[in-house]
Amino acid sequence: MILTILTVVSWVLILSGAFFSIIGGIGIVRFPEFFSRLHGGGITDTMGAALIVLGLICLSPSILVAIKLMMILFFLLVTSPSSCHALSNSALAQGYWPELDNTGKSKNK
Amino acid sequence: MIFLVAAISILITMCLALIRAMLGPTVFDRVLALNMFGTKTVLLICAICFLTERTDFLDLALLYSLMNFIGMVALLRFSHYTALDKEVSQ
Repeated sequence: MILTILTVVSWVLILSGAFFSIIGGIGIVRFPEFFSRLHGGGITDTMGAALIVLGLICLSPSILVAIKLMMILFFLLVTSPSSCHALSNSALAQGYWPELDNTGKSKNK
Repeated sequence: MIFLVAAISILITMCLALIRAMLGPTVFDRVLALNMFGTKTVLLICAICFLTERTDFLDLALLYSLMNFIGMVALLRFSHYTALDKEVSQ
């Protein structure tokens, strides 16, 4: 009974993770400029990765495998958003500005 | 079966990231695609580990997730101090 529930939950998690992953992949190809492409990359790095790894944790054969997967999930969730932040920070420091920005602020303030 | 679905979807995403890495007009697009490709590599190693039932591959995935972050930060610091892009070098 518990095994069936775990299998169904992991199917749902892995399928939604695969969905978000492909959505982010399409976004990174089709978005018009760099700062919006960052959004597509961020979705695959956090949502897709976390859902797929959580689905794998539900199906892990031993407790050691589950602990290793949790460590992988922790490192992915710590490093991916911070590298995304470093990337956008570096792009802003080099003089790029969102072309789709309509808040009225300009690059030179 | 579900691991095969996960692996195929991860491979599709890696192909899309490679397309952006080839097309990317700025160096930051390429670095973003590289970062995404590295994350997807970690996930692909996890899926293949479950697909072939060899759980020792997980150590490789753990190592690769750390290496990906270090390489990314190194590349960004390099591009911060020396201009990789001709357009912004002046």
